[in-house]
Amino acid sequence: MFFWSLVLIAVGIFSSFIYGRSRIKLNSKKQGTKSKSLPNYYAQYVLIWCLFPALIVYFSWAIFQEQIIQNIVISKFEFIEGAVYNEGLLLAEIRNVANNPSFADGKSIEIINAASHYSSLRQISQISFYTSIIIIMLLGALYASQKLKPEFHAQHTIERYIQYILIFCSSVAIFTTIGIVFSLIFESLRFFAEVSIFEFLFSTEWYPFIPIREGQTAAEGSFGAVPIFAGTFLVMVVAMCVAAPLGLLTAIYLAEYASKRVRKTVKPLLEILAGIPTIVYGFFAFVSVAPFVKAFGQSFGIDASPTSALAAGMVMGVMIIPFISSLSDDVINSVPQSLREASLGIGANKAETIKKVILPAALPGIVGAFLLAISRAIGETMIVVVAAGTAPNLTGNPFENVTTVTVQIVVALIGDQEFDNPRTLSAFALGLVLFVITLFLNIIALQIVKRYRERYE
Amino acid sequence: MNNSVAKEKIISLRKKRSLEDMRFKYYGFTAMCLSLAVLVFLLYTIFSKGYTAFQKTIVLLEVDYNQEVLKLTPDSSVEEMEKGKFFRVKKQAIENFFPDLSKSDIKLVKKLFSINVDNEIKDYFLDNPEVINTKQQIWVTAHSDVDQLLKGNSRRDVPEDRRKLNDIQLSYVDQLVEEKRVKQVFNNFFFTKADSRHPEIAGVAGSFMGSLFTLFTVFILSFPIAIGASVYLEEFAPKNRITELIEVNISNLAAVPSIVFGLLGLGVLLNVFGLPRSTPLVGGSVLALMTLPTIIIACRASLKAVPPSIKEGALAVGATKTQAVFHHVVPLALPGTLTGTIIGLAQALGETAPLIMIGMIAFIPNIPTGLTEPSAALPVQIYLWVESAERGFQEKSAAAIMVILIFLFMMNAIAVFLRNRFERKW
Repeated sequence: MFFWSLVLIAVGIFSSFIYGRSRIKLNSKKQGTKSKSLPNYYAQYVLIWCLFPALIVYFSWAIFQEQIIQNIVISKFEFIEGAVYNEGLLLAEIRNVANNPSFADGKSIEIINAASHYSSLRQISQISFYTSIIIIMLLGALYASQKLKPEFHAQHTIERYIQYILIFCSSVAIFTTIGIVFSLIFESLRFFAEVSIFEFLFSTEWYPFIPIREGQTAAEGSFGAVPIFAGTFLVMVVAMCVAAPLGLLTAIYLAEYASKRVRKTVKPLLEILAGIPTIVYGFFAFVSVAPFVKAFGQSFGIDASPTSALAAGMVMGVMIIPFISSLSDDVINSVPQSLREASLGIGANKAETIKKVILPAALPGIVGAFLLAISRAIGETMIVVVAAGTAPNLTGNPFENVTTVTVQIVVALIGDQEFDNPRTLSAFALGLVLFVITLFLNIIALQIVKRYRERYE
Repeated sequence: MNNSVAKEKIISLRKKRSLEDMRFKYYGFTAMCLSLAVLVFLLYTIFSKGYTAFQKTIVLLEVDYNQEVLKLTPDSSVEEMEKGKFFRVKKQAIENFFPDLSKSDIKLVKKLFSINVDNEIKDYFLDNPEVINTKQQIWVTAHSDVDQLLKGNSRRDVPEDRRKLNDIQLSYVDQLVEEKRVKQVFNNFFFTKADSRHPEIAGVAGSFMGSLFTLFTVFILSFPIAIGASVYLEEFAPKNRITELIEVNISNLAAVPSIVFGLLGLGVLLNVFGLPRSTPLVGGSVLALMTLPTIIIACRASLKAVPPSIKEGALAVGATKTQAVFHHVVPLALPGTLTGTIIGLAQALGETAPLIMIGMIAFIPNIPTGLTEPSAALPVQIYLWVESAERGFQEKSAAAIMVILIFLFMMNAIAVFLRNRFERKW
């Protein structure tokens, strides 16, 4: 269906283009006047009127067909009194039987009937899909062809349409934000209907409880996210302890001391470090750093857990080194040369110039870079999923096992996703917290950097 | 007198200061070297853990294609041959693998072979049907435990109950090594098979195809939208509040954690629109939304780099604004936008968390063939293998990382090539 309908649409728009072109030439010849725009614009006009309605039909069909068919099948399905059905499983079974008649053996007669109902509905849907695409394309072409007169300004209209398309493209970003905010808030509200928001934000017990038997309610579990926030904070602090000095010193060295050749080789290498997928860092943390941290802790008599905050944090720190160093490098480079020259001119050496003049001048920008790095560290997922633990633990000891917001989101959504279960919904509440915090950090950081830029421009 | 003391003081102070300067420079140098050393160590770890996955261990097995055991005749058709009783042939071959095996020993010997041996015996027969009623020496895949032992990844000196292979099995393996009935060859399964519960026959082909389909979706969705958005913002947008809102929005979206996009995909694309779970279509859509800001920023930079004189020239000879932009500015900016898009795609390729959210983490043992089929993706495959307790998967995950890094390297090389080849200095 996917392929052939695209072919159909392609044939449709091609022929509409040819049709529009020849039609306007014919019309202007008949009237003996030149058309206001070039023939191609009229052809494009017909094409747009053919293509867009077809695309709308295509996508609405692709999105809604399956759901509508399933609803019809389920509503016609005769439920046996007293038996408990899981609608999703039932549908899967019906689909299986419909797609693969050999599965029908041993299935109840209701299911076989529903399956044949399902496949007949699918067939009807397919046929009506193709006919409606053809009809809508013909209608579009018909409407457009009425306008194919030499005095019609096709070019103006086309350019207006192009404007609309461009505006739509740039509003996709807005739609994305709206989608994020709404899906987070909507599901979080469902979560907070069952778990009080104060418990979530201030209680220290996190035992998401999955109701197994009837009569148990999920509210019996407790959802105090404080240990999760604490764990996130701990990992972030470890990461910043690694990344802040290394990143900043690297940036200073590259910006102030390094020769052009060193800069030219080291910068791409750091970019490699930035481009490595985070799951690779997770593997590295799990295979190399975590055992090392454990052995290191043992040599001091500390019992380190195999998945420690330290290992995850250190590797996360390595991940954000290039982030900090490239941002700080930009910031240091944008400190005006005159400040440097003035400091060197009154006899300060390079280190003194950097420490007493350049760093204070660049401070707001560097703080902005650090805030962005913190937001990156908080939102990072794969390193902590692999190298930190899944059990909440309220501790300040980096050798212990902690969990983070992102880990808990992943844990809650792996496996069965029952959307009436607070355990699943808790992922959205945690996601909302994550979104709000990172957004807040970003806005502050961008403000600081912007003000800093304005100061020296 | 006084003068020389002061002079000495100044000299010592200057020495101290220049020492401080040296030290500071040294700190910076050390920090840079440390960062690069970590990079080297990271790559070394991956290579040293992963290169063994490109080899597999095979064992020489004598198979008796007896027609009675197979329930076939020399003139059976291909369909009949497909249904031959190859598991019985395999059973017989294993029973005779070593002379005088007791029943419990046979069980132990059986565990030295891969689950795939049935298929290999069958495939050999289907390729050479004339071997019926003869004994053939064929090389078959060994079990992952044997493979790991011979590669030195699992240790012999731990107590027996903590080993995968017990003492008897170890002695068998040693005997095989002595008789040269095992060897290591290139692991073709790693590149031709999809995921499996058995490490020796697990490969990256499925997840690689999944990643390709996902990237295809990302490209189809994000490239036109990004070009449209950046052309509008750069060339047409009036300076007003709405435009400003869009710009702030894009820069903020660029910093939203990727996992939140996963929640968007789950909450909107799967639950509201009902798109099929675990498919490259949904994964690609989520990643497209995620990389869109990156690509838009790159596209805008390359549009900005086209000098205004080009557009003004077009306007001067009577082109409309739309014509000037689409006929002259956009084609000139195209190499730059492509470079930006490829870099965005490289970012999307390595992204794992959103794909886990929309269910691309399911176990998919076959190679996907379309956008709407459930499939895995390379980074998620790596995650699954890293998390797996089975020892044989660790080298697989490192090798899959090598595959993804090479993939990334190639994409970046194309981007750099495009930039160097088509970039114009005005």
